[in-house]
Amino acid sequence: MHELGITQNIVAIVSDKAGPKKVKRIKLEIGKLSAIMPDAIRFCFDICAQGTQLEGATLEIDEIAGLGQCQSCGEKLSLSLLAGCCQCGSRDITCVAGQELNIKEMEVFD
Amino acid sequence: MCTTCGCSDDAAAKITNMQSEKHDHSHEHDHHHEHPHSHEHEHIHDHDHHDHSHSHAAKSSTITLEEKILAKNDRLAERNRGWFEGSDILALNLVSSPGAGKTALLERTILDLKEQIDIVVMEGDQATTNDAERIKKAGCPVLQINTGAGCHLDAEMIASALKELKPAQGSLLFIENVGNLVCPALFDLGEKHKVVILSVTEGEDKPVKYPHMFRAAELMILNKTDLLPYLNFDLEACKKYALSVNPHLKIIEVSVTKGTGLDTWYSWLKEQSQERI
Repeated sequence: MHELGITQNIVAIVSDKAGPKKVKRIKLEIGKLSAIMPDAIRFCFDICAQGTQLEGATLEIDEIAGLGQCQSCGEKLSLSLLAGCCQCGSRDITCVAGQELNIKEMEVFD
Repeated sequence: MCTTCGCSDDAAAKITNMQSEKHDHSHEHDHHHEHPHSHEHEHIHDHDHHDHSHSHAAKSSTITLEEKILAKNDRLAERNRGWFEGSDILALNLVSSPGAGKTALLERTILDLKEQIDIVVMEGDQATTNDAERIKKAGCPVLQINTGAGCHLDAEMIASALKELKPAQGSLLFIENVGNLVCPALFDLGEKHKVVILSVTEGEDKPVKYPHMFRAAELMILNKTDLLPYLNFDLEACKKYALSVNPHLKIIEVSVTKGTGLDTWYSWLKEQSQERI
């Protein structure tokens, strides 16, 4: 259940950035191959936000699909797991998208 | 409350230096959050043009952050990595599920190699100094990190432990992570490589069940191979699964209790330490 710790990290970073302002909305970017479950983040968010500038804020999560690139032929392929197999037969796939774990933006009350 | 691992302050990680038996160097979770690049990336988007129709609503502004959630850990890990490189230290992060044989492998490795290279160990567990006691008996400097409620080691704990343990120039540092195949994969400690240990009593499909860990590792040690005759463990299927998530993974089969395969492990260590062993 590392999502609890991750959510606390998110609240701490945004609180720090927001300073004294109350946060209306935050937007996260979570890759589908990042080992973080968005539903678990949503579950933890309200609890972690209590008593901070983020209390009552809307949580938006953009999920980023997995994208790999074959290291043998250069072909790009979608990845639903961290492992994949290219049409050329190679399993040597580098993950180029889908492992994001970012805070994209926040909306604060002026 | 700790913002990295979710443990509460009263359960903060505690570092015990087994050389001095000092217990007073608690790992204090830093709650200052420095974001030195923030101002270069902030773009305030003014939404005032909506005001004419929503004059009763509170005004708000959207600020672009583009902040990595694990940025602080990653920065500290890079500092540790620089420290290791500057001191010519080979740091390895040993990960596995509980009971795969990390401590037993270290005990044996220390006994066999301690005359050839300085070895130091950082032991990570939620509680007890049991593993550190075992490593101390094997004959090398060791420090225990108890993570309390935390399920993994982080770069800040390693930075604190380094100040306490002060490994010598050119030594080999083993960091034995908390037994867990999930969370330690996310937290860079500054190590050169992760080494994942899988025992044949665990089931051959562990690599595909926990792909992040096996993908993050450079080497997989398959331990307890002496038990294979008594188990329904498909060794070839296990290797195939492991290589399907990480085609570059090197695999060494060992039995720590019987001593088989250890020469291959030592050859790998020798290669990684640029022939210092």
